[in-house]
Amino acid sequence: MAEKSSGNVEILKIQDIDLEVERRGAGPPLVLLDDEEGLTRESPVVDQLAKSFEVIIPSMPGFGRSSRPNWIETMDDIAYLMLDFLDQAGVEDATLVGFSLGGWLAAEIATKNVSRIARLALVDPYGIKVGGPWDRDIQDIWFLTKEEVQALKYADAKNGDIDYPAMPDEKLEIIARNRESFARFCWQPYMHNPKLKRRLHRISVPTLVIWGAADGVITTDYGKAYADEIPGARFEVIENGGHFPHLEQPEHFMEVLGGFLADAQKAA
Amino acid sequence: MYAWHFTEMPYPDHPDPDTIPSVRVSLPNKHFDPIIGADLYNRYLDEHMLADELGLNIMLNEHHQTATCLDVAAPLAAAILARQTSKARICILGNPMSNRADPVRVAEEMAMIDCISRGRLDVGFVRGVPYETFAANTNPTQTLERLWEGIDLCLKAWTHREGCFNFEGKFWHKRSVNIWPTPYQQPHPPVWITGSSDKENIREVARRGFTFAMFLQPYVKVKEMFDAYREASVYDDPEEVRRHIAYMPLVATGDTEEEAEGFAKKVAWYLGAKTAPQFRNPPGYVPVSFNVSALKGGYAGRTDAVRSKGIDYLKEQGVMMFGTPDQVFEQVKAFYDHVGGFGQLLMMDQAGHLSHEETVKSMTLFAREVYPRIREEFAFKPAKKGAAAQ
Repeated sequence: MAEKSSGNVEILKIQDIDLEVERRGAGPPLVLLDDEEGLTRESPVVDQLAKSFEVIIPSMPGFGRSSRPNWIETMDDIAYLMLDFLDQAGVEDATLVGFSLGGWLAAEIATKNVSRIARLALVDPYGIKVGGPWDRDIQDIWFLTKEEVQALKYADAKNGDIDYPAMPDEKLEIIARNRESFARFCWQPYMHNPKLKRRLHRISVPTLVIWGAADGVITTDYGKAYADEIPGARFEVIENGGHFPHLEQPEHFMEVLGGFLADAQKAA
Repeated sequence: MYAWHFTEMPYPDHPDPDTIPSVRVSLPNKHFDPIIGADLYNRYLDEHMLADELGLNIMLNEHHQTATCLDVAAPLAAAILARQTSKARICILGNPMSNRADPVRVAEEMAMIDCISRGRLDVGFVRGVPYETFAANTNPTQTLERLWEGIDLCLKAWTHREGCFNFEGKFWHKRSVNIWPTPYQQPHPPVWITGSSDKENIREVARRGFTFAMFLQPYVKVKEMFDAYREASVYDDPEEVRRHIAYMPLVATGDTEEEAEGFAKKVAWYLGAKTAPQFRNPPGYVPVSFNVSALKGGYAGRTDAVRSKGIDYLKEQGVMMFGTPDQVFEQVKAFYDHVGGFGQLLMMDQAGHLSHEETVKSMTLFAREVYPRIREEFAFKPAKKGAAAQ
């Protein structure tokens, strides 16, 4: 895994929460909501985006170095918190890009208020229930073995290998805490907000939904159904990309995202 | 000291563990034969009735979706035994409050059993082991919070005597609670809680005057936790503190060392029952620091290290106590000395393939030849004047 370039990290106070915010690059604001494993911020994709944008990466409560008070219980709570953050940061015409859990959060935010958001990209987001009560829309990552989960997440399972024992304790603490917070917000209802699907029609900014064709945790059909709920949303599939298509196919991913951002810019 | 007979009511004739990923949570129930199940339930209840006849107390628990424990509803077993026994105290250890839908229902069930048994019920509350979060779908990051909120609500339901009260907590909302019946024991039955490593939680148990129980841990660890309990205990009289401390080893008593060792090997089945790794450590069940160790490969679940060792090692550690009556007595005494004393010996003296005849043999030998010595050696001395009442 490539070493990330060092961004400017600060801890903001929002209500009673210490919110970790990293900023990289210069240009119009792009708010990036990281995946639940914190992998995206360490990928080359962010450095590439930082060439044309000021990439702003707030860590959700309980993730990274952000605190997690007990009253934060759902993605809905976090979405309102992030709206407070956008107000405090004073960003205008921001591009909002969310990955996996961060994609779910981005969708929640955009259903509530897009006054500071001009365009939206969701990458393999969780967040809605598509099928009926007996259907498993999202594979149960806590019930399966870690080997099974890794095989579902990646087009090539080897791409998910991480040498944890080689990491410093500080890093491992963040990983362990990320996992705990992920379960806190997503255990039940499992990986979705039963209300979100009926709210997606409110998203009124140009939206791109990107899906890894080889995502075994949530399939492309689910992604298509997600995009269908958002008025005018574009749906793009990345071949040979899994649940994190931007990690496995960064070039193709940047092509798709870059194309959308350019078109959205023109339309504006 | 009091001794309690305990079995998880196992269904041991499941497929070879080497051929299945887990005995718990996911083993398909096509491997359960209700004809065999009927025999097992009746047999285990008979053994509890024998405990009553032998002067032993009775402990019950429950688990879900597992061949290791057919008792999926401890209140049901307790209700049966409340009628079918006459002397024994019956301890449910415990009601998995974190995983229960309604603490007020728990309060009602316990009050009813307490009345039927004419005040012989001890009510344990447990957080539930990690794998229970899958069957119950309880958020593993919130089991402790749910446990304590549920206990508070249950205690209030037991003790509030002046009509309805309301409750609007984090996990439960109640508009008008006023249970009929109340418990037979007043103000409420003795409360027990289990623990393993969370000292802050143990101190809370101690401050509330509840009995603290530990299961199947090496004596060094047990002493550390018992010390934490003793330091925070609400009771001034050390004997009263000791009365509220419980430990559970696996126990097997035989006429000869060879016989006891044969029983012990069968009972040790419980420690080897296979559980898939992801069920042993759902995210957020244990603190972040444990999971940092897990990521480094140093932690694979709370009790794994102990459980993979042989029976002689387990005997040295006090996780198992087995031998002739003399030897079992000496092992209880040694453990007692190692951990600074305790008052309740919870005995898992049936597990796995230990047959009814073998279980009866082991229980009877213990009750007749070990228990009288234990009762005498570790008798509770009368409370000194001024000691806090229970």
